[in-house]
Amino acid sequence: MPERIILDYGSGGKASQRLIKNLFMKHFANPGLNRMDDAALILDLQGPLSMSTDTFTVDPVFFPGGDIGSLAVHGTVNDVAMLGAVPKYISCAFILEEGLVMDDLERIVQSMARASSHAGVQIITGDTKVVPRGAVDKIFINTTGIGLVVADPAPSGHRAEPGDAILISGSMGDHGLAILSHRQGIAFETDVLSDSQALNHLILRLIREVGDIHVLRDPTRGGLATTLNEIAQQSDLEFIIDQELIPIKEAVEGGCSFLGLDPLYLANEGKFICILPESLATKALDIMRNDPAGQDAAFIGRVAEGRNGKVVLKTALGGHRLLDMLEGEQLPRIC
Amino acid sequence: MNLLNKFKDPELCLNILDQIKSEIQGEFRFMEVCGTHTVAIFQSGIRTLLPESIIHVSGPGCPVCVTHDREIASYLALAEKDLILATFGDLIKVPGPGGKNLKAAQAEGARIKIVYSAFDALKLALDHPQDKVVFLGVGFETTAPTVAATIKMAAEQGVRNFSVLSFHKLVPPALKALAADRDIQVDGLLLPGHVSTIIGLEPYRFLAEEYQVPSVIGGFEPLDILQAILIMIKQKNKGRPEVVNNYKRVVPDQGNAKAIETMYEVFRPADALWRGLGIIPGSGLAVAQRYEQFDAALVFDQELPQVDEIPGCKCGEVLKGLISPDQCPLFSTRCTPANPVGPCMVSTEGSCAAYHKYRL
Ligand code: SF4
Repeated sequence: MPERIILDYGSGGKASQRLIKNLFMKHFANPGLNRMDDAALILDLQGPLSMSTDTFTVDPVFFPGGDIGSLAVHGTVNDVAMLGAVPKYISCAFILEEGLVMDDLERIVQSMARASSHAGVQIITGDTKVVPRGAVDKIFINTTGIGLVVADPAPSGHRAEPGDAILISGSMGDHGLAILSHRQGIAFETDVLSDSQALNHLILRLIREVGDIHVLRDPTRGGLATTLNEIAQQSDLEFIIDQELIPIKEAVEGGCSFLGLDPLYLANEGKFICILPESLATKALDIMRNDPAGQDAAFIGRVAEGRNGKVVLKTALGGHRLLDMLEGEQLPRIC
Repeated sequence: MNLLNKFKDPELCLNILDQIKSEIQGEFRFMEVCGTHTVAIFQSGIRTLLPESIIHVSGPGCPVCVTHDREIASYLALAEKDLILATFGDLIKVPGPGGKNLKAAQAEGARIKIVYSAFDALKLALDHPQDKVVFLGVGFETTAPTVAATIKMAAEQGVRNFSVLSFHKLVPPALKALAADRDIQVDGLLLPGHVSTIIGLEPYRFLAEEYQVPSVIGGFEPLDILQAILIMIKQKNKGRPEVVNNYKRVVPDQGNAKAIETMYEVFRPADALWRGLGIIPGSGLAVAQRYEQFDAALVFDQELPQVDEIPGCKCGEVLKGLISPDQCPLFSTRCTPANPVGPCMVSTEGSCAAYHKYRL
């Protein structure tokens, strides 16, 4: 019988202590966490800070290319980095469902440890709650991250300017399709892997070596289309995107057409949009393409004045149409 | 270049577009029957490339859009009973009378499960022997045969907790109703690719023979659509309307006999209520007597409730191609994808949604 999480582990008593010591401390060990105080003492961060929090629930918990643990680290690290910051510390809080298999939890924790060490962040405080079976779906993880803003001025969705180039760091839709296809038990011939990865190192290089980056944003939920719309609205400008230039893997394209989904609305967990003066685009693309996290980076369009707040897609045939925001969830079609 | 990409090839497409421009004489109104075509026409930007003299109207070919308010009210009522309602995702947001949809019903506690096929719904029934599972059968000839096969399989396995609420509809009778309607003037019909894979070419013959409408079965890639338009224009110019299968790589002229046989073993033709078009005789599929223990309408004694029409919604006229979606007074104001008034704004294949989403 596999060992399972029982309600006692959330009691705050000895069982909780054991879980913290034998699992979390074992894998996450670092000086800040090892102090075991009520809060983490941060001594080395001064100046403008970037902070972000996110809660992760994903079904299935283990998916091709990652799991909820690595996702919870990457998601928050990336959000902190999108402000032009170097992520330093993260907190993590678990809500565990009674009955969760201990080995699965350990796999998740190990994966978080690996992801944070790779991203160069430390998990310095955390929390665990156990709730009765059925109250959550296996495991929910909240992570909050904090980092030091190094870009000056910090990139922001308001800062896009007419004439700017719009770049993306890689192919679209991988994560969303990997999750959706596995949730429905539809596996494709070529398995699509989630792109979940930390982007902070690549972002730091862009800030240091290219500079003057106006907007950085990761197109997670709602995908590229929704995120571009958000930025176009924030900066009140028109974005003109060339459909043919958007990298989409063949397997993703095929899976999407089978399910009636649009890859431009599928979530990405390891890609970012970068908007900057067009004169800097080539340099930025070179840096991205030379980094494992940005090999398929591409120039996809421009910022213009015109239909303010709207994103226009130039199709492969040369026609034009609106690329609207996603409304609610994308659902597979009938026929 | 793989085969599919060839049908997207810009150069080939622009070539056909040039031919269309040189062939067109006067105005040409064409209607696409199928919602997937509507979306493809917008998505590829074809609409912005066609000459202005080509008027494109959307027809009734989205199974969600033609689902009548009374049918929606019926399945919403069913969802409140002690059962699991399995449905394709498309229906989850469609508002019924009073604005309520399956999503809202789910939030109130109804057990609703999105499935990708009728087989998944049967599997759900096998996995939950204590529960009754009802599959919501909405769709055209494309989906009806697999639903029929699922019912047959359930019968063979002696499954007792599975049934289907059949609101399936047949395309040719609806086309007949449209062609016979004098208000609806179209110069050509782009016939649905998916439905035709099942029924083939024969059932459309009457369009050219009785009503003189050029009609082409077309695929969904830009080249398919442009070719279909060109063929229809040429037929009109020659004054010799025909029904042409221009999607032979997928659609056999004779259709899929096995699928049709299964469909008519399990279902029988019945009158059906279409949104916008009213009752069309013989245009629906009811569960045949032999399989009646799988007929959710009988099992749960489910009738079509009387409902009030949604005030202001012009779905009916949109589905008949009489007005374009933006001519509906509620379009993009009171009726948006976030707050849809009619199903044409909800369905991913609905023409109102396509207008709202893609039109510049
Ligand atoms: S815009 Fe809305 S209300 Fe008007 S016809 Fe379309 S779906 Fe119906």
